[in-house]
Amino acid sequence: MAEGSQDKVVRVASGQGFWGDWLEAPRRQVEGGQVDYLMLDYLAEVTMSIVQKQKERDPRMGYARDFIGAMESVFPAVAERGVKVIANAGGVNPMACADAVLAAAGKAGVRGKIRIGVVTGDDILDRLDTLLAEGHELKNMDTGEPLANIRDRVLSANAYIGSTPIVEALQRGANVVITGRSTDTALTMAPLRHEFGWAADDWNKLAAGIVAGHILECGAQCSGGNCLHDWRNIPDLANVGYPIAEARADGTFAITKHPGTGGRVSVPSVTEQLVYEMGDPHAYITPDVVADFTSIRLAADGENRVKVHGITGGPPTPFLKVSIAYRAGYKAVGSLVYSWPDAMEKAELANRVLRERLDRLGLKFDQVLSEFVGATSTHGPLAGDGREAPEVQYRIGVRGGDRAAVERFTREIAPLVLNGPPSVTGFAGGRPKVEEIVAYWPALLDKRAVSTAVSIVE
Amino acid sequence: MNVRLLDIAHARSGDKGDTANVGLIALKPEWYPVLSQYVTRDAVAAHFQGQITGTVVRFELPNLGALNFLLHGALDGGGTLSLKTDAQGKVYSTALLRMVISVPDAEAQALGLPAAV
Repeated sequence: MAEGSQDKVVRVASGQGFWGDWLEAPRRQVEGGQVDYLMLDYLAEVTMSIVQKQKERDPRMGYARDFIGAMESVFPAVAERGVKVIANAGGVNPMACADAVLAAAGKAGVRGKIRIGVVTGDDILDRLDTLLAEGHELKNMDTGEPLANIRDRVLSANAYIGSTPIVEALQRGANVVITGRSTDTALTMAPLRHEFGWAADDWNKLAAGIVAGHILECGAQCSGGNCLHDWRNIPDLANVGYPIAEARADGTFAITKHPGTGGRVSVPSVTEQLVYEMGDPHAYITPDVVADFTSIRLAADGENRVKVHGITGGPPTPFLKVSIAYRAGYKAVGSLVYSWPDAMEKAELANRVLRERLDRLGLKFDQVLSEFVGATSTHGPLAGDGREAPEVQYRIGVRGGDRAAVERFTREIAPLVLNGPPSVTGFAGGRPKVEEIVAYWPALLDKRAVSTAVSIVE
Repeated sequence: MNVRLLDIAHARSGDKGDTANVGLIALKPEWYPVLSQYVTRDAVAAHFQGQITGTVVRFELPNLGALNFLLHGALDGGGTLSLKTDAQGKVYSTALLRMVISVPDAEAQALGLPAAV
């Protein structure tokens, strides 16, 4: 079939919705039926700081190590059947990630058949001071604070980059593309742009690719996972099928999954994913295009198949979003379980006792938060008063800049077992751990300050 | 007639910083106008009073039979800063579905809306 033909269908399969998602999914996606691309999304907002810390300890680390196992499980499909893999598994060290994939390919005897496109340029950590000196303020998008307030605590800084370097890697013959902090949606849109030759200003088609990316980026969350609609009747979640986008050159696509898998692809399941983490639906901003989610039309198209069409978009903004991670103090959370009778009253008394003790110790925290799990922790007073609960988990957390104060707090919970209210249990596991908080600082940066590069390694 | 959102809608929620979003989706397309008319920004702000520190913003998606609400200041700082069990706002969705709205009897009956028990 000719390029751009209306008959040509490109199948992009989602095999990972975050770092920690189902290890089985990538292999199931390439073995369950025909797919052209396997898209693996590993990076959440906090992930970059985790991989940055790993790279500081070992310069060969700093990427999503699960990806190596995923690649090992799909090497036969990539090497023998032409399936291409696109993943933002590179973290802060995409070249080391590519080296690890090549080493694994060598062991699997497929080294000569793996050609990796490595996308770099998103990592701006080393350039932060230069950028600030050049007048890029990198103010916090939510609070307006200047970056200078936390500059000395920054751990990682990455610009969210779009589809263009991924398209370039594919054009140069890569069958595996590894990026750092590219947007999740670009991982799906780029292969469609590449296959169909969509122009960089064909806003409606690029927007369609972004919507396909948004639907796929959380793995099974659009195909029956975490689906509230009719949840009791969603079949065979143990064998849940991850989603596949079957796209055409005109920007229409269908969401489906492999035959014989569990879960469900339906208009409600896809709608739930469309509204997930949504801001202003009129302007879903990406580096390539601004997509209008109020233009999306969904239609049931047979069993486990939803057609998506009508999508419009417009030109992008002059900015890239930047994700900066910084050290923001310490926290610890501990808990105890109180049982019937009067579980909630006992838990509330424990809370008063513990807080009085913390006060007397003179410990200073930025925040102390008490919750009563099983009663009011997630829905607050909307859930009633918890008086009838058969058991209540009393959960208390503190946050602050003084590590010693947080450490002292962790010693105050266990004593309640013997010197607080009765009917208490659930303290196994010992004292809570003090965690250093790595917080997230979103900012905008002039696109012209970021240039990406593609290297081919094999 | 009183109608509980759980009986006429489904929902999913997520986070962006200290903001939770709740997408509220009509169970039947013909019920979307009920959501649009009665699940107002002010009604949702009142529903979550005391639980969020910021404002509520509402967007309409008639194409999906859905409303999108942004609940600012809902997550104790959000992300890794948050001490909440639901630090990422995953179950604000079902908290919104607890809400009860009042729909004129004739309209509710014409649309076959289930009455809240």
